[in-house]
Amino acid sequence: MKKRFYLTFPKELIKEPLIYQAGKLYKVVTNIRQATVSESIGLVALELDGEPQEIEKAINYFIEKGVKVEPIELDIIE
Amino acid sequence: MSYVKGLKCRECGKEYPKEALHVCEYCFGPLEVNYDYEKIKKSLTRDIISKRPPNMWRYKELLPIDGEPKVGLDVGFTPLVRAKNLEKVLGVQELYLKNDAVNYPTLSFKDRVVAVAISKAIEFDFKIVACASTGNLANSVAANAAACGMESYVFIPHDLEQTKVMGTLVYGTNVIAIKGNYDEVNRLCSEIAGKYGWAFVNINIRPYYAEGSKAFGYEIAEQLGWKLPKHIVVPMAGGSLITKIWKSFKEFHKLGLVDSLNTKVYGAQATGCSPITTAVKEGTELIKPVKPKTIAKSLAIGNPADGFYSAKVMRESNGWGEDVSDEEIIDAMKLLAETEGIFAETAGGVTLAVAKKLIEQGRIPKDESIVVSITGNGLKTQEALVGRIGAPRTINARLAEFDELVAKEGKVYAVKA
Repeated sequence: MKKRFYLTFPKELIKEPLIYQAGKLYKVVTNIRQATVSESIGLVALELDGEPQEIEKAINYFIEKGVKVEPIELDIIE
Repeated sequence: MSYVKGLKCRECGKEYPKEALHVCEYCFGPLEVNYDYEKIKKSLTRDIISKRPPNMWRYKELLPIDGEPKVGLDVGFTPLVRAKNLEKVLGVQELYLKNDAVNYPTLSFKDRVVAVAISKAIEFDFKIVACASTGNLANSVAANAAACGMESYVFIPHDLEQTKVMGTLVYGTNVIAIKGNYDEVNRLCSEIAGKYGWAFVNINIRPYYAEGSKAFGYEIAEQLGWKLPKHIVVPMAGGSLITKIWKSFKEFHKLGLVDSLNTKVYGAQATGCSPITTAVKEGTELIKPVKPKTIAKSLAIGNPADGFYSAKVMRESNGWGEDVSDEEIIDAMKLLAETEGIFAETAGGVTLAVAKKLIEQGRIPKDESIVVSITGNGLKTQEALVGRIGAPRTINARLAEFDELVAKEGKVYAVKA
């Protein structure tokens, strides 16, 4: 199963290789499709391919580390 | 007859057929409707538009439906009010209010986008429509779905006040309250949209849905006598409306329906949720997400989907972005009601307060035409005014007490002989 997410890295996490780590820790294929990184923020459009439970674990890993994980559509509650 | 060629990625330009798609498979950029403007130019004139009924479908060639609208036939063509009293207060010469607080049927500009989205959903043969919303969008989806006999689902965070849900529940829609924090609710809605074959108006139908906002801009141009205002102030939540108003002005210019395009577009937010105006002020292209804290709930979107494109519109049009405090919002709501007799929701307070601020800053000159966008009705956000607008003076049912009250307040009125 493939799922698309939008990750926001706060300033202090920009240098951390969290996407690589998620791919090593869980059975997910990480595929960066768009990214913008500045001194103060990192934005990444990411595709995760794997079993739903593994994707869930990878998402929780990002959240625990302090990365904001949103659907690719960003805020959809209008 | 169709004037839509298909969909096109806003980022990489890749083209897609006319389907219920919203994200580019290649770069994950948002998709937008791609029109055949040559064809539209041959069949749409001021004269043709003027003879059509006063609703937003008078510009149907520029809206992404292929046949006739299926719902919301009376949406749009809301008043463009010349605000003479406000002009005096603000010291400006030509001020208008585009008043979607009286839009049909649920009193907000969302009726425009939802009418397009549901009409398109029916063309695509969807049987169920849905949305994730805490207010105006929920009202509109539920009402319009009911009006065309479609089943609908509205997803809300579980802690939303009961009074907010009444205006949605009444239409017999399925309201599902989701437990969890905002991000979790947001992600689940996207997953539901991906799993079930429903028309999620602001997800998989979004490219079509968003186009409905353009009618707000077309109407302003027509109501001003086929010309564009020099300045327009627009509220920003997800940022879609401001991009579509700018698009509508550019389209009218491209089609020769207005002679010149020199409007400056200003985006308005509440300071408690101002990711877009902050980016504009800082001169950066990146929108930093925020945690909203403002009484302007309908604008409380912390990570706006169209934030980047909104900031681009302000730059491109030589406009600006400004934000205002909750106090300024309330004051502006009162000012609007007291001077023009219009009760706008908090978002209307945001646009008027921002317009006032920009005029005071000298960014908007006092001698040029200004339009302030009013996008929703104050009756929906009355809780924001509790304790802030005074209270009735209570007296016993005796004439003497009324006489006393009038005298006490220092007022003198003529009495009939």
